[in-house]
Amino acid sequence: MNIHDPREPNRSDVFVTLPTIDEQRIEEETTRRLHDRLVREAQAAGLLDVAYRTIDSPVGPLLLAATAKGLVRVAYRCEGHEQVLERLARDLSPRILHAPARLDAAAKAIDEYFAGLRQRFDLPVDLSLARGFRRLVLTRLRAIGYGQTESYAAIAAAAGNPKAVRAVGTACATNPVPVVVPCHRVVRSDGSIGQYVGGIDAKRALLTMEGAA
Amino acid sequence: MSASLPPFEDIVTAHGPTVLRLCRAVLGPMDAEDAWSETFLAALRAYPTLRPGSNVKAWLITIAHRKAIDQTRARARRPLLVDSLPELPAPSKNDQWDGDLWAAMQALPFKQRVAVAYHYVAGMPYADVAALTGGSQDAARRAAADGIATLRKTYGEEGTR
Repeated sequence: MNIHDPREPNRSDVFVTLPTIDEQRIEEETTRRLHDRLVREAQAAGLLDVAYRTIDSPVGPLLLAATAKGLVRVAYRCEGHEQVLERLARDLSPRILHAPARLDAAAKAIDEYFAGLRQRFDLPVDLSLARGFRRLVLTRLRAIGYGQTESYAAIAAAAGNPKAVRAVGTACATNPVPVVVPCHRVVRSDGSIGQYVGGIDAKRALLTMEGAA
Repeated sequence: MSASLPPFEDIVTAHGPTVLRLCRAVLGPMDAEDAWSETFLAALRAYPTLRPGSNVKAWLITIAHRKAIDQTRARARRPLLVDSLPELPAPSKNDQWDGDLWAAMQALPFKQRVAVAYHYVAGMPYADVAALTGGSQDAARRAAADGIATLRKTYGEEGTR
């Protein structure tokens, strides 16, 4: 170890600068290890109320959040992931940790969907962020099959309130679990595409991918 | 929005490194990670009851202090099994402080050690240190000064790099 290598004449100088970089890397590893341990112990103690991670998708990065009951939130970048997490802290629980492993199944299913390998999601979904009529609407949406579309009016009628077309629009616009609860499959009665929580481009991309538009 | 608590993840990111440095200063690198984990797990448990707008760092340090006392008591009760320690990744190399300084810190009496750690590592004013450790502000100042004086003797001379 002490043999001086003539090809590296400044080796001792290098060692002066190396430790800071190395220490920083080791500190990052320590931080990650402690964070992983916190997630593990929090979950074992039933204290991890909301776990989250982000994934890449053809429609931009998606934030995924889950409670013990299931996937509770999917958020597009345009919704502001930080703000979404702050609202989850306020509306569900502030016991929120970045815990990618707990969302492995959801991430895999969504990846498969975007790869064209999956047409329906059988993931457990937690709709506790939606209440009343909105929640009822979201429940009906899960019945619209891959590549199909329904009109806001038809959904209103199916939900037992044919006049509530605007309320169906609101339920779709505030869908906490877009993509998985397919509000993108709800379009206007005249066939035009309508609004979307992730932006109209994202809605068009999903419908095109599904072969519905 | 201002009246609600941020996600706990933000708390870990913002204060995790400070609490780890504190735990290392008070307990040494071997026990620091256990104390850190216990601190943040306890904090996570109590977090929903924390008043929004509270001084989160001071709150975490209070919890860490209790965990440090627990660990110090537990350590006093158990025999030091030096042979069983090396299985752990040598954490003394992970420190931004020289390993000798950690060792020198560990040789200080508990009161001096926490005073040095809270004032010099966490940057707490003596009034806050005193509130945490009990006793007067002057006593906290004296404990830190005595601790630093000892460190100068035990670490300063040989340990200067």
